[in-house]
Amino acid sequence: TARPCMLISSSVALDFVLIGRTSAFLLLHQARAERFFRSDHTNNWAVLVCTSRFWFNYRHVANTLSVYRSVKRLGIPDSHIVLMLADDMACNHRNPKPATVFSHKNMELNVYGDDVEVDYRGYEVTVENFLRVLTGRLPPSTPRSKRLLSDDHSNILIYLTGHGGNGFLKFQDSEEISNVELADAFEQMWQKRRYNELLFIIDTCQGASMYERFYSPNLMALASSQVGEDSLSHQPDLAIGVHLMDRYTFYLLEFLEDIHPASQANMNDLFKVCPKSQCVSTPGHRTDLFQRDPGSVLITDFFGSVRKVEITMETINLTVPGIPLERFGGEPHTETALAYVDQLPVAQIIHQKPKQKDWHPPDGFILGLWTLILLVFFRTYGIKHLKHIF
Amino acid sequence: MGLLSDPNRRRALTNLLTRLNTPICVLCYLAGVAWFMGLAFEPFTLRTYMSENAMGSTMVEERFPAGERALVTAREFGAHKRKSGAMPVDWLVKTMQSRGLEVYTQSFSRRLPFPDENKERYMVRGTNVYGILRAPRAPRTEALVLSAPCSPDNSNNQAVGLLLGLAQYFRSQIYWAKDIIFLVNEHDLIGMQAWLEAYHHTNITGMDWAPLHGRGGSIQAALSLELSSDVVTSLDLVLEGLNGQLPNLDLANLFYTFCQKQDILCTIQEKLQRSDWDSVSGYSQAVQTMALMVLKQASGRPWGDHGLFLRYHIESATIRGINSFRQYKTDTTTVGRLLEGMFRKLNNLLERLHQSYFFYLLPSLSRFVSIGYYMPAFGFLAVILLLRALDLWVQLGALPSVTEDGVGSRALPLQSSSPSLVSILTPVVISHLTGAALYTLPVLSQELAVQHFPVSETEAVVLTAIAIYTAGLALPHNTHRYSSIAKQGWRVLKLVAVLYLAVLLSCTALINFSLGFILALTLVPVAAFVTPHVPKVLSAVVMVLLAPGCTLLYCVFAFQELQEAPVSLIDGWMLFLSVISQGMLDHALYGSLVYPLLALFIYPCWLILWNILFWK
Repeated sequence: TARPCMLISSSVALDFVLIGRTSAFLLLHQARAERFFRSDHTNNWAVLVCTSRFWFNYRHVANTLSVYRSVKRLGIPDSHIVLMLADDMACNHRNPKPATVFSHKNMELNVYGDDVEVDYRGYEVTVENFLRVLTGRLPPSTPRSKRLLSDDHSNILIYLTGHGGNGFLKFQDSEEISNVELADAFEQMWQKRRYNELLFIIDTCQGASMYERFYSPNLMALASSQVGEDSLSHQPDLAIGVHLMDRYTFYLLEFLEDIHPASQANMNDLFKVCPKSQCVSTPGHRTDLFQRDPGSVLITDFFGSVRKVEITMETINLTVPGIPLERFGGEPHTETALAYVDQLPVAQIIHQKPKQKDWHPPDGFILGLWTLILLVFFRTYGIKHLKHIF
Repeated sequence: MGLLSDPNRRRALTNLLTRLNTPICVLCYLAGVAWFMGLAFEPFTLRTYMSENAMGSTMVEERFPAGERALVTAREFGAHKRKSGAMPVDWLVKTMQSRGLEVYTQSFSRRLPFPDENKERYMVRGTNVYGILRAPRAPRTEALVLSAPCSPDNSNNQAVGLLLGLAQYFRSQIYWAKDIIFLVNEHDLIGMQAWLEAYHHTNITGMDWAPLHGRGGSIQAALSLELSSDVVTSLDLVLEGLNGQLPNLDLANLFYTFCQKQDILCTIQEKLQRSDWDSVSGYSQAVQTMALMVLKQASGRPWGDHGLFLRYHIESATIRGINSFRQYKTDTTTVGRLLEGMFRKLNNLLERLHQSYFFYLLPSLSRFVSIGYYMPAFGFLAVILLLRALDLWVQLGALPSVTEDGVGSRALPLQSSSPSLVSILTPVVISHLTGAALYTLPVLSQELAVQHFPVSETEAVVLTAIAIYTAGLALPHNTHRYSSIAKQGWRVLKLVAVLYLAVLLSCTALINFSLGFILALTLVPVAAFVTPHVPKVLSAVVMVLLAPGCTLLYCVFAFQELQEAPVSLIDGWMLFLSVISQGMLDHALYGSLVYPLLALFIYPCWLILWNILFWK
């Protein structure tokens, strides 16, 4: 169901676009144009967290980095991504390929890349910092890159991975965040209007327990396994000597690789990622707190950035056929060759006199001066000299 | 009234205790022995598994290629060793440097208390050579050690060759997070002790060594390699270390999983794995393996060069290559790959191995018995001593009432019903003095003995020990003269002796279960049944047969029997003498505690019981 504000904005847009109208075309164009304004979010944010450290938890860092890669590829800039990695796998002493983190065995895909920006690293990834990022209660000295500066029109993607259990997620081998804390943090975000819609994905053992306690509106959650099940890792790489990815995120990455910024895939496709035959655990999802129908929610609403531009190859006829378009002016407007504005007006800087192409009459001041001199001359020396001049 | 405060009920309980004491003791003894034998029964054991998360499974790709080159290096090493007679220090230093390691040497010297006839050495002087491979990117805080002993004869050349080959291969990898120290030690255990003492800045045994110039950080794990042939048919894992200490079970699990991955035959106690552990022959092999481990652990000596690392909380094991007549042979490259895999997994460790058991018995490489399962066997034997002590306490408590009620046929003076402290202490002190003499005199008096008797120093030491041991048997006739205590004073002495023995054996079993269990097997029946009223001659013979010295003799024969190399009586006796001398040397050289324990504590305890037997 469309909201009143959407109808108003769409009808305003239609007024600008259409000139001739019939009711049937109005509806058709209205439906097409409505696609521009389906979700009312204006910006996208992503908070991607890996909570485990140590070399044998390589796969959690690889999970987070692969989601980071997809999210960046689909358009969310680094300034809108808060990436928290609890340990440095790329530069770990045990990494036989330094400065890389692979997600596929045989080293097909390096998810570390050249331009990764980690906002919270190492021991900074704590439960307190994570909750502060979500709720915005950060000290004034925190730089912008470490803040979640979302507003009430932001769609936020939150991805958590690590070791978890029934109702908790372990941070850094020393502390835990419980599902109650997480639900309360989201409620704080809702009350402070820090999000428009929120997608929560968690890939841990017994991950479904983490979204059981949510109670704020506009939350959609996905988990890699149900309570009592373990999320399994996907494949080991013998050269590196560790498991590279978890199964759920591996198939999620595979799914996301097919998404491009104009893709129309919706959430129902995301729910089908990694069925039990591939994942061994049963992924779960929760949509009861979400206002819209998941079938109408695009993947790019959360994983990509907002674009008011729809790239299309087909032509859309915005006019009613048969009614000629009135043009402004009569003759065709000859296009003058466009040039850039002079960025550096050297002439004005060096005070050169501009070359004048046209003759201009002498200056009025000089004319008046000469007239004054002549009148004074004839006054003093007599008027009889005037006939010598004229 | 309560159960214990009601005199009638208490008397009923104590009567029950007194009446049933002997049957319960016998039952407990049989239960203890049966429990121990049942430990190796397959349904009661657990399958071994890897506990350390960081080591994970065997997912690592081993690529060591240079087995043949390692054999060439081994032949070179052998040639240089033959030429120089001792360890070829210069050649080793040059070779290690050419492989890119930081090489250092350490010289050491030690004069043994008396000549070692097994290894034919008395005044030992040697050099250790070690090269450190620095981790390319990591700080130098942790290290791993791979060592191979340099033996004077033609053995262990291939171990040194493989060590050098692995050093070259490891040097070209970038994934090492810990320094790796490649150590070639001379005079096996003595050299290793000198190196370890210098590395950890301690001096426990009074050895003379030069300080180390290069160091690698705290050692997390160590492997010692003994390889004497170009091809091997099986690899044997040796775990028992000094004082019966064992490395973490995860190290054995790691070895076993990699052996399975590389398809190498691996053994423990040189007994092959089998698939039918629940059959009768399978059970008997499991019992034999476990009994061998118990005997080796009880001897308290390090059974490989790794045994000395355990004292510093460094998990270590020795891998011994065995070449027997078998069709399927494994070449050096595969052994190198196994070591490479093990080191890569140890490299992944973030903290010392601590997740798995430190106290266990292995009936086979794939099954283990943890301390929680085997301790009740000893517990049953210790309970016997406590029951006896309770019985004696009850008897002592009942005695004054007997003398009071008794019609004065025996008019005993009242003060003699509770013997004085001095009269109890006398046999105790004299027994301990004998023990102290047994501990100190043999080594001190070897000069004197050599002058007067035509024996070598070693024989002199051993025979002096046996002489003092036997002389102790004559003591009751001497101590008796100095005491004038009442006839019933033996009960107090026995109470003291039984409690003392219980404490001693329990403490021993906590540190070295095997030693405590074997001593308990023979000493607990002695302590339980000995009183002055049993038939003297028979009990004297039984006591001597169950004395610590004879226990050692039986252990020697049992050990040879279990290793499928039974010996005749004469050879067994010679072996027994050499075991005594080795025990004394181990104590002097490495700090083994078996000899002092037996001489200073167990033997005096047995002497006190001997005194009780001959009480008049």
